[in-house]
Amino acid sequence: MSLLPWTITLTFAGALLALVVGRRSAAAARWVALLTAAGGWSLTLLAAARFVPGPGLQTLVDAAWIPGLGVRYHLAVDGISLTLLVLTGLVATAGVLFSWNIGERTGEFFAFFLTLVAGVYGVFLSADALVFFVFYEIAIVPKYFLIAIWGSTNREYGAMKLALYSFAGSALVLAGLLWTYAVGGAHGFGFGELAAAAATLSPHQQVVVFALVFFGFATLAGIFPLHTWAPTGHVAAPTAASMLLAGVVMKLGAYGCLRVALPLSPLGFAFWQTPIAWLAAIGIVYAGLVALVQQDLKFVIGYSSVSHMGFVLLGLAAANTRAASGAVLQMFSHGVIAGLLFAVVGRMIYDRTHTRMLAELRALPLRRLLPFAAVVFVIAGFASMGLPGFSGFPAELTILIGVWRTAPLWAAVAALGVLVAAAFTLRAIQLTFFATPERPSLPGGARPFEPVLHLAPITLAEKAGAVLLIGATVLVGLRPDLLLDWINPALQSPLFHAVLKGGAP
Amino acid sequence: MSALPLLSTLVFTPWLGALLLAALPRLGGPASRALALAFSLSTLALALLALRGFDPAATGYQFVERHDWIAALNVHYHLGLDGLSLLLVLLTALLAPVSLLASWRGVADPRLFGALFLLLQGAVLGVFLALDFFHWFAFWELSLIPAYFLIRLWGGPGAGPAAYQFVIYTIGGSAFLLLGFAAIFAATGTLDFVQLARLGADGTLAARLAALGGFWPKAVFLGIFLGFAVKVPLYPLHTWLPPAYAEAPTGVSMFLTGVLSKMGVYGFLRLLWPLFPGPLHAAAGPLLWLALGGVVLGAFAAMRQTDLKRMIAYSSVNHLSYCLLALFAIAAAGGRPGAGRGAVAAALSGTLLQIFNHGVSAAALFYCIGVLEARAGGRRGLDDFGGVRAAAPIFAGLCGIAMFASLGLPGLNGFVGEFLIFRGVWGLVPWAAAVACLGLFATAFFLLTFWQRVFHGPRAGAAAGAFADLSGLDFAVLGPLTALMFLLGVLPQLLTGLFNPLITSWAAHLPLP
Amino acid sequence: MSPDFAGLFGALRPEASLVLGALAVLGLDLSVFRRRAPEARLRLALGVGILAVLAAAAWAAAGARGPVFGGVLIFDPLAVAARLGVLGLTLLTLGVTRGAAAPRHPAEYVAIMLLAATGLLLMAAAQQLLLAFLALELASLSLYVLAGFDRDRPESAEAALKYFLFGGMAAAFLLFGFSLVYGATGSIDLPVIAGQMARQGDNPLLRVALVMILVGFGFKVAAAPFHLWAPDVYEGAPAPSAALIASASKLAGFTLFTRLLWPDLPGSAGSAAARSGEPGWFPAVALVAAASLLLGNLAALAQTSVRRLLAYSAIAHAGALLLAVMAAGRFGPGPLFYYASTYGLATVGAFGVIAVVARAGRCEAIADLAGLYRRSPLLAGCLTVYILSLAGIPPLAGFFGKFAVFAAALRLDGLAGPAGWLALLAIALSAVALYYYLIVLKQALVAPPAAEARSIPVPPLAALALLAAAGLILWFGLNPTALLGHF
Repeated sequence: MSLLPWTITLTFAGALLALVVGRRSAAAARWVALLTAAGGWSLTLLAAARFVPGPGLQTLVDAAWIPGLGVRYHLAVDGISLTLLVLTGLVATAGVLFSWNIGERTGEFFAFFLTLVAGVYGVFLSADALVFFVFYEIAIVPKYFLIAIWGSTNREYGAMKLALYSFAGSALVLAGLLWTYAVGGAHGFGFGELAAAAATLSPHQQVVVFALVFFGFATLAGIFPLHTWAPTGHVAAPTAASMLLAGVVMKLGAYGCLRVALPLSPLGFAFWQTPIAWLAAIGIVYAGLVALVQQDLKFVIGYSSVSHMGFVLLGLAAANTRAASGAVLQMFSHGVIAGLLFAVVGRMIYDRTHTRMLAELRALPLRRLLPFAAVVFVIAGFASMGLPGFSGFPAELTILIGVWRTAPLWAAVAALGVLVAAAFTLRAIQLTFFATPERPSLPGGARPFEPVLHLAPITLAEKAGAVLLIGATVLVGLRPDLLLDWINPALQSPLFHAVLKGGAP
Repeated sequence: MSALPLLSTLVFTPWLGALLLAALPRLGGPASRALALAFSLSTLALALLALRGFDPAATGYQFVERHDWIAALNVHYHLGLDGLSLLLVLLTALLAPVSLLASWRGVADPRLFGALFLLLQGAVLGVFLALDFFHWFAFWELSLIPAYFLIRLWGGPGAGPAAYQFVIYTIGGSAFLLLGFAAIFAATGTLDFVQLARLGADGTLAARLAALGGFWPKAVFLGIFLGFAVKVPLYPLHTWLPPAYAEAPTGVSMFLTGVLSKMGVYGFLRLLWPLFPGPLHAAAGPLLWLALGGVVLGAFAAMRQTDLKRMIAYSSVNHLSYCLLALFAIAAAGGRPGAGRGAVAAALSGTLLQIFNHGVSAAALFYCIGVLEARAGGRRGLDDFGGVRAAAPIFAGLCGIAMFASLGLPGLNGFVGEFLIFRGVWGLVPWAAAVACLGLFATAFFLLTFWQRVFHGPRAGAAAGAFADLSGLDFAVLGPLTALMFLLGVLPQLLTGLFNPLITSWAAHLPLP
Repeated sequence: MSPDFAGLFGALRPEASLVLGALAVLGLDLSVFRRRAPEARLRLALGVGILAVLAAAAWAAAGARGPVFGGVLIFDPLAVAARLGVLGLTLLTLGVTRGAAAPRHPAEYVAIMLLAATGLLLMAAAQQLLLAFLALELASLSLYVLAGFDRDRPESAEAALKYFLFGGMAAAFLLFGFSLVYGATGSIDLPVIAGQMARQGDNPLLRVALVMILVGFGFKVAAAPFHLWAPDVYEGAPAPSAALIASASKLAGFTLFTRLLWPDLPGSAGSAAARSGEPGWFPAVALVAAASLLLGNLAALAQTSVRRLLAYSAIAHAGALLLAVMAAGRFGPGPLFYYASTYGLATVGAFGVIAVVARAGRCEAIADLAGLYRRSPLLAGCLTVYILSLAGIPPLAGFFGKFAVFAAALRLDGLAGPAGWLALLAIALSAVALYYYLIVLKQALVAPPAAEARSIPVPPLAALALLAAAGLILWFGLNPTALLGHF
């Protein structure tokens, strides 16, 4: 189990190494990055194999850091974080595979990428709110540069918007945490200590503190109406960054909501529960409807991410173990599926056709030119729709069950979201790969000359990445108990008792 | 638990075939077709095995397989076979290879077609055999993907919107199904159909749901109802059907109408009725009207079609609405003194027979229209033909048999089912039976019109020139179907023997509110 | 009691080292190095200067503790740390000077820097009003000259003039305030003044005095609304001068300011004096802090000149430092020192980068940094560290500085007093600040170099200084206790 803290170190070291070797050889940088990402993932899998599920966090590292402020460098893991750590490793590895073709400033790309991954590992391993916050902020800056340097549409605007929204969200969190620490008189920043300190605040203050921390994290999770950075930023980002951003970094926000915000003040949560649930539910449907009318394929995927994160937030808002376990499962599932979708759209299609506009894609016979991409996109699309056999289904089913127990109306709105998701996904699949290109006809019935289009074949790296991700979503779709067996005991932790009333039936 | 997991083998063998076809990209056309047909026929072989080992008198589930799967959701891998499922498995086993044969010629990329078709076949079998919501729903949804692609990629000019509408409607219904079952799990903690049926029968389910208060217990019923109603389809949720059936290639239309539509009826019988007897009874009045709408308006709409395929599509709406009519009649009348068990048994018996027989006759009809379309170079309007009987007498003969079977002529298989349904409904809700007769008349009208315009009179349209009679392939398709139409018309007990005890037990034990 | 001159000279060995170093630089240049090229003269002058600073640092670290010369000077933990900080920053500035274009009179430049450092060292240890003023003036006059050293650019002369005029006025206010304090309390020794203030309480004369002192120091540290000189000076002065002004003088200035406002400042955070209520000057300082935060951050958004951007960001940071001053009464000067010193490191580094880039071309607008990643990866990397530290991104020291200050401010009185609200305002504005800091980094790391831009050579000494600054920022960030633990 003490393998896990090495993921952070290994990944930071890999980032530095990639930067250095990247000066000489782009290929060397790629391999360094791949080995680092795969190495980190292997560590998480090894830890998972040895993991014994149980309530409460299992400490890995606990050292004094800033005694004057009561901050300890405290790393720990439980079933929830383990799930997300495995997800991070998977998406990071797949991301490197899908970035194999980056030729400009390759070393720097992978340096930023791996720094981001390391920051994410750190967040999931943190058991001290300040350490959590530090890693959270470490992850912000690489995001900006990944998008601004290697991105596409509107990249500088998208990068700045994403970075500022993330930072603003984290500023809210810092305000809330400091308020609790200072005014509540906490001795340290452990989650339990902060919760005890928050309990000494007046109810009015608790409501405000909870709002600061929750909505600060929820901004990064893409809660409506603070979600507008997400489609813009993810569309602008290069493929691997989109995969990681939509797949994993958005989960940082949701994880923060679950790990830090929810236990902090049950009173505050009770006050905000209904508004949060409604914002989440509206987000699910609204983002889906917006996705339905997009003309840019990547925007469809971007908005679909916001819609799926709405499910996660709704699951958290439902305040029972069932819904929360579904939310964590959905975090994993969507992480993989979003990675797959962005990989197809960004790497397989855009890098070859240099367009993402549906109107232009439908004119290309992509089904014939990129059959592998077609199959992968269909699979990813159906997985995204929540089709059984893939990880989205047990996640959404569990969330619906849990949400229903709290408020059937919210569940009904969420089910509507499932329908909308089917509609926009199917539309995207249709227009991209299965549209019949209109053939203009010349007078006399002759067919105009059509140049034979050739697109670069799908590389081995792309195939490997796709297989990894598809395998993951199918495995969890058929055996969700593999993850639920970790997640459910973790939700029995005393920190969650006050908030998650209503255990499994 | 049996030694050989027969049911799992039944379900997964076609998928194995699909995988093989997908994994061998260099397989040629003839080899692909042969492989697909072989795997499709496997279902027939296994179904016959099941038939041999099936004991109709035992009204529980046979060949049961039950394994632990997802403990957190109390989900088990549960398959089982009773009379109803056996009937549907046999229907699938029969229609699938026939539909594949119908697509033997004129289908580009037979490898992909075969793979998708086998996927569809396996999924459909899974729906009929699964007894726990998790994988039942998986099969239910998974059947949509190959169906979508089969329509989209090999269909007619309007295939795109038709396929899209088909999927969206069905997924819309499924979303509510999902929500409904999530609610059921939240209330009872189980997704197992057997356990849920028990809870529905002794009123526990109703009581638990009632604890939600307000509109929600009804909403759960409505959601699950919608999920199935879209699939059957029940008027007015039927608008997806005519375009989908019309645009699909012939073999796919045969399978869609023959088997996929029965998934909806199966859902009503297996799930909606056992779980929600009370709400079904309460809603039976309006539902009867909807079923009648399907019967009457479906037939009248068919009358007005000039596209032959659409005509048969609307006719399917009509025929399937008979099944629902029977079911709603039972629900409406249940509990009323004098509601004879006999009427109930008749209605149920008729429904199940209709399921099978309509599958056979509608598939045959679609194939005949496919023949007409192929001979006419893609045209299939009512006015595009004339005097086909003179040009191709054997074809006319077999088509006539299919038509009369669909009409319900005594001696052919369609009669028994419809007769029993009418008998049952008359005994339960007489006025509904009376109204339904309108549908009978309309059906007779359009079918005979079809018969007269296309087959009689002077040779015109496509029949004016060369019009080949049936080929060997056509015989391979129509032969078994026609034979069944005769056989089951004369000896319906071949089928009823399979499920009569089951129906009797339903009539005796299933909650009649 | 006879004055303890031996103790005084012993304690002032660092200052002596610096003065002797200045004289040595001047002397050697006048006699031996006169005929060499400016670059060589600069290198030699810097060599001597660095030796002097190192010697001073060694003496300061090993030197006196506690009150000296009857309490005129105090060498408590804050003073020792501030002196070492000033010396460190001066050392880095000297290193960075090597990277800038050689001034016309390099020896004089280095000498005046050393003299400025002398004044700053004295400021940090002063516990008597007269000495404080003398030290302040020594440092300020040196800095005025340093600001105007670049005779080739009219902006430099303008900067020096503005600095001098504003500074002179500030000195006048300060002196007036000091005299009023003397008049009201009868002493110029801070501990005695503290006692008197506690007894006298609500003397209107003292209030006026404190306001004047506030005005004076506001000018000194460039807090709004006394900041008007800052943008012009930061822009016009040669980059190394600006580096020193922005870093070491701020550190020393805030140290002195804290001592004046909290005359009985506890040496360590643990021994917080029991205080009833907040002092009367709290609202005034809070107002100035708020104005600085708002004006600094919002004005920086509109800047296209990188130096003016740094100036406005300095104003904003001054606001946060004032918050640290407010909290120093209860929680000690630890957060203040940490913030000021790490801010100083980042600023020296940033101006160092600007100096090197200016030497190779021009560095006025932010766009002049375009393509720095290609022109000099070292400069780009170091600049990233400095800018991110200024923005407050962990794990760099800037974040922990902010965190320590905000935590202390919130613990003062929660949200009942102004300090808590100021902390929240500062946190909110940090999001605004990230925008303009990212604009700078965008040019340096994202934008492609201009067509005529060439790669930038970095002299080894300058490179060493820059790397040292970056390394220290990272080290103090990962290990804040290294600094905070001393209080």
